[in-house]
Amino acid sequence: MMQKRTGTYTLIAALCATLFLLPGCGEQVLVFHPVGPVGQVEKQMIILSIVMVSIVVIPVIALLWVIVVRYRDTPDNPTPYRPEWSESRTLEFLWWAVPIVIIGVLGFVTVQKTFALVRPPGKVINPLTIQVTSLDWKWLFQYPGQKIATVNYCEIPANRPIEFVLTSNAPMNSFWVPQLGGQEYTMPGMAMKLWLEADQPGVYFGSGANFSGEGFSHMHFHVIARPQSDFDHWVQRIKSTAPPLTTQQYAVLAQRTIVQPMSFSTNQPGLFEKIVSQDGGMYMRRDLMKGKVNTHVGTD
Amino acid sequence: MLYNVENFASHFFVLGDPLIYGADVSIVLVSLAIVFVLTYYKKWGWLWREWLTTVDHKKIGIMYMIAALLMLFRGGVDAILMRTQLIMPNMPFLKAQHYNEIFTTHGTIMILFMAMPFIFAMMNIAVPLQIGARDVAFPYLNAISFWLFFFAAMLLNLSFVIGGSPDAGWTSYAPLAGLTFDKGPGENYYLLALQITGIGSMATGINFFVTIMKMRAPGMTLMRMPLFTWSILAACIIIIFAFPPLTAALTLLLMDRLAGAHFFTIFDGGNPMMYVNMFWMWGHPEVYIVVLPAFGVFSEVVATFSKKRTFGYASMVASLIAIAVISFFTWVHHFFTMGAGPGVNSFFAVATMIIAIPTGVKVFNWLFTMYQGRIRTKLPMLWAIAFIPNFAIGGASGVMLAVAPADYQFHNSYFLVAHFHQVLIGGVVFGMLAGMYYWWPKMFGFMLNERLGRIAFWFFNIGFYVCFLPQYWLGWMGMTRRIYTYLPGMGWTFWNIISTFGAYLMGVGFVFIVLQILYSIRYGERDLTGDPWDGRTLEWSLPSPVPHYNFARIPEVTGRDAWWTMKEAKQKGEMQPELEPLKPIHMPNDSGRPFILSVLFFIFGFGMVFTWYPMAAVAFIGILLSLILRSFEYDTDHTLSVDEIRRTEAAYGRV
Ligand code: HEM
Ligand SMILES: [Cu+2]
Ligand SMILES: [Cu+2]
Repeated sequence: MMQKRTGTYTLIAALCATLFLLPGCGEQVLVFHPVGPVGQVEKQMIILSIVMVSIVVIPVIALLWVIVVRYRDTPDNPTPYRPEWSESRTLEFLWWAVPIVIIGVLGFVTVQKTFALVRPPGKVINPLTIQVTSLDWKWLFQYPGQKIATVNYCEIPANRPIEFVLTSNAPMNSFWVPQLGGQEYTMPGMAMKLWLEADQPGVYFGSGANFSGEGFSHMHFHVIARPQSDFDHWVQRIKSTAPPLTTQQYAVLAQRTIVQPMSFSTNQPGLFEKIVSQDGGMYMRRDLMKGKVNTHVGTD
Repeated sequence: MLYNVENFASHFFVLGDPLIYGADVSIVLVSLAIVFVLTYYKKWGWLWREWLTTVDHKKIGIMYMIAALLMLFRGGVDAILMRTQLIMPNMPFLKAQHYNEIFTTHGTIMILFMAMPFIFAMMNIAVPLQIGARDVAFPYLNAISFWLFFFAAMLLNLSFVIGGSPDAGWTSYAPLAGLTFDKGPGENYYLLALQITGIGSMATGINFFVTIMKMRAPGMTLMRMPLFTWSILAACIIIIFAFPPLTAALTLLLMDRLAGAHFFTIFDGGNPMMYVNMFWMWGHPEVYIVVLPAFGVFSEVVATFSKKRTFGYASMVASLIAIAVISFFTWVHHFFTMGAGPGVNSFFAVATMIIAIPTGVKVFNWLFTMYQGRIRTKLPMLWAIAFIPNFAIGGASGVMLAVAPADYQFHNSYFLVAHFHQVLIGGVVFGMLAGMYYWWPKMFGFMLNERLGRIAFWFFNIGFYVCFLPQYWLGWMGMTRRIYTYLPGMGWTFWNIISTFGAYLMGVGFVFIVLQILYSIRYGERDLTGDPWDGRTLEWSLPSPVPHYNFARIPEVTGRDAWWTMKEAKQKGEMQPELEPLKPIHMPNDSGRPFILSVLFFIFGFGMVFTWYPMAAVAFIGILLSLILRSFEYDTDHTLSVDEIRRTEAAYGRV
């Protein structure tokens, strides 16, 4: 009897496991397939945290199982029954101490990595800056160095740290490219920095992660990473074929619409800074004046 | 003229949507049915005298519970609609605007108009009985709290058919919820409904804090209190400190919307992040407000159904207090990704993880309360047992979210949705259902059918895992929350189908709970003992349902598990103390004013929603008047004669 039941449970467990592994064990579980150093660090943290919490969760579930099976209130239950037993220094010490140790370790690594992730990944050898503005309901990418702009897609050189500078000219959103790394909010009146890097060429899914109204569900985009030379070619091509980003064009973009990907042969120097300062950028005036925008530590 | 009327009507009533027409029709039909039944059976007077004007904590508790179940139904229908929309990519079932309104009302209703009233139901029903009191400290205020909640809930629900529902999420972040981006009355509904129910919650917090501190029976020291009462004490302390920031945030946002202020706008110096901070200063403690009482219920249920003393009582109390305090230092974990800087993020990450320690301790203490006990898997215990693995996993994913660098990948994704449903359903809903099953005989004097309850339990439980486990996975696959549609080719479809299927299973579970209640009202077994579970705490010393004065004689408490101790003493044939003679009992009068006052609040709120200021002003004056009138009311209580008490007790076969 017992034998047969164990067999059934194993079968169910095996079925569940295959179910979970079948579709999407591969590339589609984006968070577990990072292609850059930031995503990698975050994946390690996720795995570390899963391991640490399992130290408690698995024994809890196992104990519950055993206890509920063993101590049922049946007339001929042979197990001990001690209705008054309600204190044990040793046991209680154990389950205050074990979680404290686990949290201690996890907390320590968390703090370490939290500080590490605000710095650029690896050595900064001529990073590329991309200014990202979330609009209703689209993403505008401006390349101040290359003097071009794109909408709803962006291209980056692989193996080069990218400094995304984020703001919004609409309700807050959040810029998330899971395979490159975790997200950061785009907020009106603030310019925030997010360092990401792609180790290998490819097309990576990105989306707005923070709800921003009716068209929010359509705010996804692709980040296309190419070798440096291909990237340079792409820039040249955009420069010579795409229309310029005029003031009127920006005004059209700022309207509440959903659009297809677009490219522009010019950016608008100063547009990004203007958006930030007009939408409450007084909180960042100091940084803006220094000619560089920074994460707004201590300004909120 | 005609055009004007038409134009007004089309903005006032929400037109053109079959779902909303359906809702209109069903609201009208249900209202008509209620009116008809009440008139036909001549029950209007009964309704007014027995319920609408009552200040009896037990009846108020029952009304809270009914309201919470209704709201669970409403929120559940929302959930089913959303899950149906998400079953396939590009589903043509709900439009974006509609989906946005539904997740906003779903979240708002589930937290503020389902979870909150459910915990208020349980504390009203059990706390005075557990501490040997005859009522709460301020019974009249208690009635006001209930009716404010009730009419606030009505106000929010009305938005669905009149004017349009709020659509900026239950968090209602500025600037999205500000006037620039959200013109309609929907957000006003949200702000006013929360504000009105918030007054009620604050009053309840104070009321039960005072009740527990001042009205315990002689001998019931703090360290002899039942753990449920302890959990309510902790929750009340959180309520008292957490609601003020919410009140302030809502007021400021309302001023932005109605009076052209710029606290949270993006122009003229407003700072939207201020709203986010203030919201979560309330929002995080709020989740502990709703989950601590659930912990309290589990503590009672686990001890009772294991026939054993609670293991590690002192640790249990210490961890409640620790959680209550630390819960105020974690709010930033809701926006690690807003770039507050590594120092701030580290502080709040570690503080959040620390909360897991006392929570873990509680889980082990529950386990060791069962260990070497005698476990009876009656319905309340079944839900308590199911809670443990569920909450262990939900708590674990909470710790994972607290790891700030990992959270950058989890935030706003379905991983988060799975996590908070796991703790809110596995913790709060399971806890409240356990409490409902546990105290049901005490409330109504009859038992609920076990068989139907078990069917409901299995549907709901299995449905839960089928619905929410895939969502962790979906989060890792990059699916963000609050999207009404998605593209094929991401690998999300398969898991969404499974998840929706699970939601339907939970829906079936809920239907069985309703069937169980209806069936048992007719055929349920009477509880003649007043102590059907062989309970340990004082409420089980009373007959079911409890007479309105609760205790004919206030009990003397000599230890923890007061009723258990008394039963043991009796069994051992120890000398019973002489029964004191009965004394007359002082009771508060019923009053219709809390109801009327709350109707006025409703009218005030409605006027403000549509900026019909004359209407709001008249209602406001009415509110002031009724408060003033109350202060000049001197005939507020009455005395029950010894005769009357004796007769009532005799009817229960006691004396
Ligand atoms: C009964 C089964 C339930 C199902 C199937 C369900 C399903 C859902 C779904 C589909 C969403 C929207 C996710 C999105 O689009 O982002 C949602 C959001 C939410 N749910 Fe539930 N839910 C259930 C019960 C509950 C309960 C009991 C609570 C609280 C006690 C709750 C609280 C919330 C909250 C706070 C949100 C977030 C709303 C927002 O994003 O503004 N849910 N739920
Ligand atoms: Cu900010
Ligand atoms: Cu929180």
